[in-house]
Amino acid sequence: MADFRELGEVVIVGAGVAGLTAAGALRRRGYVGGLTVVGAERHAPYDRPPLSKQVLAAGWGEDRIRLRVPPELETAGATWALGEVATRLDVERRELCTDRGRTLPWDGLVIATGVRPRTLPGRAYSNVLTLRTVDDAMALRDALPGARSVVVVGAGVLGCEVAASARGLGLPVTLVDGLVTPMLRQLGPALGAHLGARHEAHGVRLRLGVGVEALEGGVRAEAVRLADGSAVEGDLFVVAIGAEPDLGWLEGSGLPLGDGVLCDDRLRVAPGVVAAGDLASWPHPLFGRRMRVEHRFNASEQATAAATNLLGGDVVHDAVPYFWSEQLGVRVQVFGDPSRAERAELVAGDLASDRFAAVLRDADDAVTACVSWNLPKAGPDLRLRVLEACAARGAVAATP
Amino acid sequence: MRLRVDRDRCIGSSNCVVVMPDVFDQDEAEGLVQLLDDSGAGHDEDALHDVAYACPAQAIEVVEGG
Ligand SMILES: Cc1cc2nc3c(=O)[nH]c(=O)nc-3n(C[C@H](O)[C@H](O)[C@H](O)COP(=O)(O)OP(=O)(O)OC[C@H]3O[C@@H](n4cnc5c(N)ncnc54)[C@H](O)[C@@H]3O)c2cc1C
Ligand code: SF4
Repeated sequence: MADFRELGEVVIVGAGVAGLTAAGALRRRGYVGGLTVVGAERHAPYDRPPLSKQVLAAGWGEDRIRLRVPPELETAGATWALGEVATRLDVERRELCTDRGRTLPWDGLVIATGVRPRTLPGRAYSNVLTLRTVDDAMALRDALPGARSVVVVGAGVLGCEVAASARGLGLPVTLVDGLVTPMLRQLGPALGAHLGARHEAHGVRLRLGVGVEALEGGVRAEAVRLADGSAVEGDLFVVAIGAEPDLGWLEGSGLPLGDGVLCDDRLRVAPGVVAAGDLASWPHPLFGRRMRVEHRFNASEQATAAATNLLGGDVVHDAVPYFWSEQLGVRVQVFGDPSRAERAELVAGDLASDRFAAVLRDADDAVTACVSWNLPKAGPDLRLRVLEACAARGAVAATP
Repeated sequence: MRLRVDRDRCIGSSNCVVVMPDVFDQDEAEGLVQLLDDSGAGHDEDALHDVAYACPAQAIEVVEGG
């Protein structure tokens, strides 16, 4: 492992929360060499979670979502190459090429280019939007008031939040998904159904359990066609069917790629190369298998660990996965891995009071995740329950 | 150096409370952040910055001076 004093030049690719946090952490850990952050978006680093919430529904502007630039970065400095796209990586020669024809040499590289939204097959329509960037959010915010109806395709976290925000503006909204409840993979069937009832009570039409095939229309999209031959008509369509890493620029680099950039448990990809954020796949020591987590907390925690390890540190990334969501007056927090949840069991509060906490169990009746619903105070206890369950499965010992 | 928290931004993730229970707490009613000790005494500067940058809602700030 190279000592960090040997690093003369670090390049960070991606100027989102992972890229920015890595930059700050490098300086905080005493790195004094050159530091360049290359980011495809023209905007200064900003936070994405408010895009589907306060930006759509409460008029927040770019000034309120900007990510804070760490003071160490302001003093020790970094060179920002915003609006510049990394196009090719040569690991052997330690060079990064960009769309501006520049070749940037590096001794250390942080890969933090996130993910981009999946789209439905077929042609592009002007009334079909996705939501990932602040530009996307502004386009959607401009389009909503004039829309006669909104169809949201995909009832994951993002789709549910967009549906809630659009409904809050008084628009007729239909939420479409092939799964049988909203946020099924994030909440499990029982709490997913509970959330679905909430959406219906607020007037969101649910069209669930039938797969989505394609968009159809003429000049504009007019409907989404479902697997059973039926169609859901609408005026404005938001496609929120998940996201995937865009690894085109890493092809031919020789780096291990799969579902994302494949890291070790210390987020190292190759000598002098680390990755962090939505695109980083790593063997999670608590769960004993590879994971890739697309959540805000993971991005900053990974970035801090990756930066520390790039400088010769030895930090295993073992944070309990965590995300929150806000929709229709509900703030939900999820700890652990809910993707295999089958059963929910209340551990605090009750459904009637709209404030409760639950553990989610998998097919083997083991706790895989915990959820709080308008009860953030339960967080530390829920997180501990996930750790204990992991320890009981024998992956590792529980640490507080 | 002082710590400042913004309850309007806090989303109640509990992270700061888990990492530094002697400095941060969540109130009973809403589960949002509360400072127990705004000096962060007993923790080094790096650790305080780390907990601030780990906050997923940018609700914790380390203010220099003061
Ligand atoms: C609308 C929305 C709402 C969300 N809400 C929540 C929430 O409530 N709770 C939660 O836990 N999480 C939420 N998330 C997830 C969270 O925002 C992400 O996990 C986080 O942004 C990941 O950070 P990142 O730095 O890995 O990637 P990103 O933030 O995507 O940053 C990557 C950057 O790299 C740039 N880039 C890509 N390719 C290149 C290239 N070749 N060269 C240069 N630059 C490149 C991209 O343009 C982008 O700016 C939400 C996400 C979205 C989109
Ligand atoms: S880490 Fe941030 S969001 Fe979480 S409880 Fe603390 S202040 Fe609130």
